[in-house]
Amino acid sequence: MSRRLFLAGGVLFALACYCGLIVTFADEYLHADWSLGLPVVVRTLIAFLGALAAMILFFAAEKFEDLTQPRALIIAGILFMLVGSYFGLFVAPPEQYMGETQRIMYVHVPTAWFALMALTLAFVSAIVFLLRGDFRWDARLEGSIEVGIVLSFLLCCQGSIWAKPTWGVWWDWDPRLTTTAVLLFAFIGVLALRRFVDDPLKRAIWSSVATIIAYVDVPIVYFSVKWWNSLHQQQSAPSTVSKPFWIPLRANAFGILLLMTGFIMLRSRIAALRVENERPPLIEEEAV
Amino acid sequence: MLVALRKEFLLQWRSRAQLIAVFVFGAAALLLFSFAIGPNAEALRQFSAGFLWLGLLLSSTLTLAESFHAEMENRALEGLLLLPVSPRIIYYGKAIANWMQLSIIGISLVPVMVVLYDAGTTRILALVGVILLGTAGLSAPGTLYAAMTAQIRSKQTLLPLLLFPLIVPALLASVKATSLVILGDPMGEGRSWITLLVAFDAIYWSLCGLLFGRVIDE
Repeated sequence: MSRRLFLAGGVLFALACYCGLIVTFADEYLHADWSLGLPVVVRTLIAFLGALAAMILFFAAEKFEDLTQPRALIIAGILFMLVGSYFGLFVAPPEQYMGETQRIMYVHVPTAWFALMALTLAFVSAIVFLLRGDFRWDARLEGSIEVGIVLSFLLCCQGSIWAKPTWGVWWDWDPRLTTTAVLLFAFIGVLALRRFVDDPLKRAIWSSVATIIAYVDVPIVYFSVKWWNSLHQQQSAPSTVSKPFWIPLRANAFGILLLMTGFIMLRSRIAALRVENERPPLIEEEAV
Repeated sequence: MLVALRKEFLLQWRSRAQLIAVFVFGAAALLLFSFAIGPNAEALRQFSAGFLWLGLLLSSTLTLAESFHAEMENRALEGLLLLPVSPRIIYYGKAIANWMQLSIIGISLVPVMVVLYDAGTTRILALVGVILLGTAGLSAPGTLYAAMTAQIRSKQTLLPLLLFPLIVPALLASVKATSLVILGDPMGEGRSWITLLVAFDAIYWSLCGLLFGRVIDE
């Protein structure tokens, strides 16, 4: 069952890659039309929804004892990132106004998407845990918070590296930047809370509650800082990005998606094992 | 609900020495901020709202961290939970009590701010309103987190770590609204900040009330 779900996820993912990446590649470099008659909108939709559905299937297939699946995802993710980096660094032309510094966008934008995605997964896991009380969702919560924190931290670093040559400063009080920083601290707080609570059930419930509260804060922080001050670039949508830029951006997006999924699975496995380890002594104590 | 509130106020009245100590702490913080800036009267006046709220925020961690102290002694919280009332009542009683305590501290810090930073205003009512709304934003999530952190070790570090990032919007809106009250509001921006503050309060007073039952459930 787990195997079949994982394979189905792989097939969906391949389909998404074909529609999002390979058709564009063929069009740009082989001057061939591989689109199978599908219009751009449909292909973009398949790429987007297919990748999301694949991610959900990967998570559904997760068993917490099998290491091959997350490993396969991580290796595939690294391959995608290599392709994306090659195209982003050497093939895609420099951007008209920002020149070479713009190339960091190929990792920056996907990182932003999946940092938010990982924290959204944490939010979903928190709600499901509170409703069902299943510790596998607690493990998922811990895994996705950790990965979300790493991605948000990377996001802040990449943003600073980009901002220094472009805006002349490392940091600016822009809504998205500030929201990411606030998010980072809020979720580090949740992780710290987890470290200090010894009872697994209390830890799971409290961190779910804290995750929900922190996640609800995201849009409020965003809008409050937006009113306060603004300077960030307009968000890049595929329509504002021209074709040679699509390939590295999308290859990296697929790559980071796979890496995120794989890492969350690995981290959740560690969290699940830790909870299992903690349980027996508790029962013994009660017996005494 | 009223009984819960009465219990909280009674508790606070009995520990009024603590309230005074926290107020003195806040006033000391305000004094220290002015050393950080230097004796620049114009800058001090400019930033007075920010200092007031930072002082209040620092004081709030003290009062919030202590707010479940009585319940933790002799496992009194379990006794409260045995009462035939919803834990929501306990939460709202506690949160309202914390809110009152914080707003009293906030309002009494205002004269200190006026004297130290020369940040006087004639719109006393507006200032009190902003302080009430802002401290409501602090106390709703603050009470929930205090209920968690009161039960674990190193609560003094964990409470601010959890609370500070969360209340960024409330802090931002309160500082903006307060400084608009003090320095004048030519563009009429005050209204939108108050709206933001009210929205924040409404969201967190309802959400935290919903989730509190799970937090103290044994």
